[in-house]
Amino acid sequence: MRVARWLIGATVLGSLATLNFFVFEGPLLVKLINVSLFSSLFVLFRVVYGPSPADRVVAVDILGVLIIGMLALFGLFYDQGFFLDIALIWALLSFIASLAFAKILEGRRLDD
Amino acid sequence: MTRQMIGMVFICVGIAFDFLGVLGLVRLPDVYTRLQAATKCVTFGTAGLLFGIFIIKGFTSFGFKALLGIAFVFFTSPVAAHAISRAAHRGRIPLAKESVVDLYEADGELKEE
Repeated sequence: MRVARWLIGATVLGSLATLNFFVFEGPLLVKLINVSLFSSLFVLFRVVYGPSPADRVVAVDILGVLIIGMLALFGLFYDQGFFLDIALIWALLSFIASLAFAKILEGRRLDD
Repeated sequence: MTRQMIGMVFICVGIAFDFLGVLGLVRLPDVYTRLQAATKCVTFGTAGLLFGIFIIKGFTSFGFKALLGIAFVFFTSPVAAHAISRAAHRGRIPLAKESVVDLYEADGELKEE
């Protein structure tokens, strides 16, 4: 069982890295954006299969931080400044959402 | 050109840290260990990425927005992580089987309710 899990993980990661860095033709920035998208795929795995509610809250929090980096890379790729504005607003809303989720997880009301 | 190269190195290191943090989020056995790996690595990775963008763009509005993003991520992410871990411990989410000691429980923080 343990060997099978390690084999599945190594196969998935190796095939993704090979397809991204050696088969796919494109500029380096697009390849880095692809790595970030794969990372958000793993985070979504943790959101779906997380055993406890705290796992899901942690995963959503980390997804917000990943999306900030992804938006910054998009802004660098298209040479547009307004992507960073979207990233700042996303950081603010993600922080407030994390605090609210933590309060609900603790068993308190929002106006406590 | 040199500035471009240094910025790209920072961006590559940041993406690598992001990926390792997310791998820790998938692999580790517990809420608290997952939170530790994910928060530290993702904060450092995203901050390095934004610092690389600041090096590439220089002192323009784009670069200053990147610096503002660094400050914001550094201030807000540890606060959110601390709130989530405290709420998880108060919500009686169990630790992993391999864990040895629980000092927060031993301090008697939970008995006052």
